[in-house]
Amino acid sequence: MADTEDAGTSSVSEPLDLVRLSLDEIVFVKLRGDRELKGRLHAYDSHCNLVLGDVEETIYVVEEDENEQETIRTIKKQEEMLFVRGDSVVLISPQA
Amino acid sequence: MLFFSFFKTLTNQTVTIELKNDIRIRGTLKSVDQYLNIKLDNVDVLDLDKYPHLSSVKNMFIRGSVVRYVMLPRSEVDIGLLEDATRREAANQAGKAK
Repeated sequence: MADTEDAGTSSVSEPLDLVRLSLDEIVFVKLRGDRELKGRLHAYDSHCNLVLGDVEETIYVVEEDENEQETIRTIKKQEEMLFVRGDSVVLISPQA
Repeated sequence: MLFFSFFKTLTNQTVTIELKNDIRIRGTLKSVDQYLNIKLDNVDVLDLDKYPHLSSVKNMFIRGSVVRYVMLPRSEVDIGLLEDATRREAANQAGKAK
């Protein structure tokens, strides 16, 4: 417990520390349901609930054309501030 | 508890909730609990043509687990305060884990 205090300054010792170092930085988030987000990370907790600012959401939709060829269509949406429930989150990656 | 407290600061604001079945609901956030269940008033369902069955609903309880996103008004979010609270929560969690 003695090192609780320096948790804010030490580097990566558990997985969520990587997320902590991305606070106020741009992150890439992959979600269930073929969705991806890119935005600035303002908050997170141990469930991977997130708040992101200036978010671009990309949704991948598979469509079948007249020749039964599958094509992937992407839908892009912008949100100024978004809470994301953690149970949809697959991965969080810092964006350089 | 971080997001529970965060949502409490947003009560009486207008938010849009996207559910995991793609339904988008706009309304006034009236209350929230520890599971992030949400009570909404003055409900408007976006894409009503796609989801006409909710047209007469004026207020509702949403189970936290079916929420995908909550779109928030940026003007009502104190980003500095939120990031500080996140760092505090992270430090608390790290303390508990040891």
